[in-house]
Amino acid sequence: MLSLTAISPEVLARYEAVIGLEVHVQLLTRSKIFCSCSTRFGDPPNSNTCPVCLGLPGALPVLNREAVTMAMKAALALNCAVHPRSRFARKNYFYPDLPKGYQISQYDEPLASAGWLDIEVAGKAKRIGVTRVHLEEDAGKSLHEGFPDSDRKSYIDLNRSGVPLIEIVSEPDLRTPEEAYDYLTRLKTLMLYLEVSNCNMEEGSLRCDANVSVRRAGRTAFGTKTEVKNLNSFKFLQKALAHEIERQIGVLEEGGEILQETRLWDSREQRTYGMRSKEFAHDYRYFPEPDLLPLVISEEWKEEVRRSMPELPEAKRARFVDQYGLGDYDAAQLTSSKALADYFEEAVRRAGEPKLSANWILSELSHLLKEAGKEIAESPVSPERLAELLALVAKGTLSGKMGKDILAEMFSTGRAASEIVAGKGFEQISDPEKIAAVGREIMAANPKQVEQYRGGKAALLGWFVGQVMKATGGRANPQLVQEILKKELGS
Amino acid sequence: MALSEKDVRYVAALAHLELTEEEVKKFLPQLDAVLEHMQKLNQLDTSQVEPMAQVIYPAAGTPTLRPDEPRQTLSQQESLANAPEPGAGCFKVPRVIERE
Repeated sequence: MLSLTAISPEVLARYEAVIGLEVHVQLLTRSKIFCSCSTRFGDPPNSNTCPVCLGLPGALPVLNREAVTMAMKAALALNCAVHPRSRFARKNYFYPDLPKGYQISQYDEPLASAGWLDIEVAGKAKRIGVTRVHLEEDAGKSLHEGFPDSDRKSYIDLNRSGVPLIEIVSEPDLRTPEEAYDYLTRLKTLMLYLEVSNCNMEEGSLRCDANVSVRRAGRTAFGTKTEVKNLNSFKFLQKALAHEIERQIGVLEEGGEILQETRLWDSREQRTYGMRSKEFAHDYRYFPEPDLLPLVISEEWKEEVRRSMPELPEAKRARFVDQYGLGDYDAAQLTSSKALADYFEEAVRRAGEPKLSANWILSELSHLLKEAGKEIAESPVSPERLAELLALVAKGTLSGKMGKDILAEMFSTGRAASEIVAGKGFEQISDPEKIAAVGREIMAANPKQVEQYRGGKAALLGWFVGQVMKATGGRANPQLVQEILKKELGS
Repeated sequence: MALSEKDVRYVAALAHLELTEEEVKKFLPQLDAVLEHMQKLNQLDTSQVEPMAQVIYPAAGTPTLRPDEPRQTLSQQESLANAPEPGAGCFKVPRVIERE
């Protein structure tokens, strides 16, 4: 573990961390969960609001069917039991961006529970329990900085008020910041596959809080936990958890006690802060939401949703191994995002050559994308174009080296492989007659080497191949060169 | 009496109410009477009765669901019409301090 404090590794090793994550995922519905306002991000403040999401007296919520469908997809993909009946509850607290004074959430009867998500620890699968998945509404946004009177005023934008969220609560099964990172990464991949959220952490559509405690290694009882909030990037998650774990160990090593409290991660100062803890801070006085009927989900609806689910990452990975004969590692890499997997399959559909396509996508193309800071979906080389190039490589018309150069040019100019090849005389020399002629020239110019080779120094063949390649500007087909030279030199 | 003055202060704080010492003393027996009445109701055996927090009726699904169709509702101006202090398209409130 990355050490952030002065605690020695020996001391750290005497403890074990226990981590559970609460992840909020914003659903990609077009309208809000309890009213018809748009969920569009980035609109002028308070322009997507109505009496319901402004919390005006007398306004009544009506549940969005699509939000339930999306929540069900997520729950089913996490292997949860979706309950035939769940209900909404009011979570009461005061904050200016919560205009009603309560958040409509689910409490004692959530939409779904008792699922799991498998992560990977040291090459082995580890099952992380998912306690529950429930539906709730988002609060508005408080702007504390950036206005002339920000020292005295906070600004409230209620466009986000009422945007649908699901909260996914894990069991305290995670043991290290790395496991937590892997869990969150896989959860995000799953949500992106399901197309229920864009999981954009910067825009707040994926948010993560962690419950953290430590205990002496080997003990089974849990230590006192703290809740760490504000883990709004994958980078912060690991750092904040590592910091909090070490802070707790430090307190215990000095004979102190962990206070059950909420702590905020400050990314600028790289530490967590205790929030002003009041003894009643967590008394939300939940009670059933009287303005909404219980949510009843029929078996038919659930099956309809199940049938509409796309192939999930794990299944796709297994199929890639099976259908395309790819290695586990390549298959895992290619299925790490749906966009990448789709790109690969489109290229293979056109070019055949699954292994070649996998190699080129994961090495050459990924490298070019990374350099340009682009995602696969923004690749200037379409799967069709890549397939065309790979077909030329597979046929031997182009060598691997030439292919790489051409791909780089396709990437920067947006032109097709055939265009570039034709314009440059890039085409590989595969005519045996031409190659033999070049070979004979080189033999005539180097009689000593020919003699040595014929006298038993077989390793010189490589040297001859190199000379031919050099003479043809690297355009000769190296395999063919080798065959032809062997014949020529042998005679 | 089941309640103490501490309970009254706790409930008042949750509701963001500021009570004077006299008010705490005045509300204590009132609140206690309410709870006492609830305890009386609790004597009734309702183990065989479905709770009525929400109206329950026999239906195959939830018929009151809304299709996911956004509609234009209030303009920014209309939304802010009742704001005591609008500014930059927002509701302005006293600065919220989250941290010590």
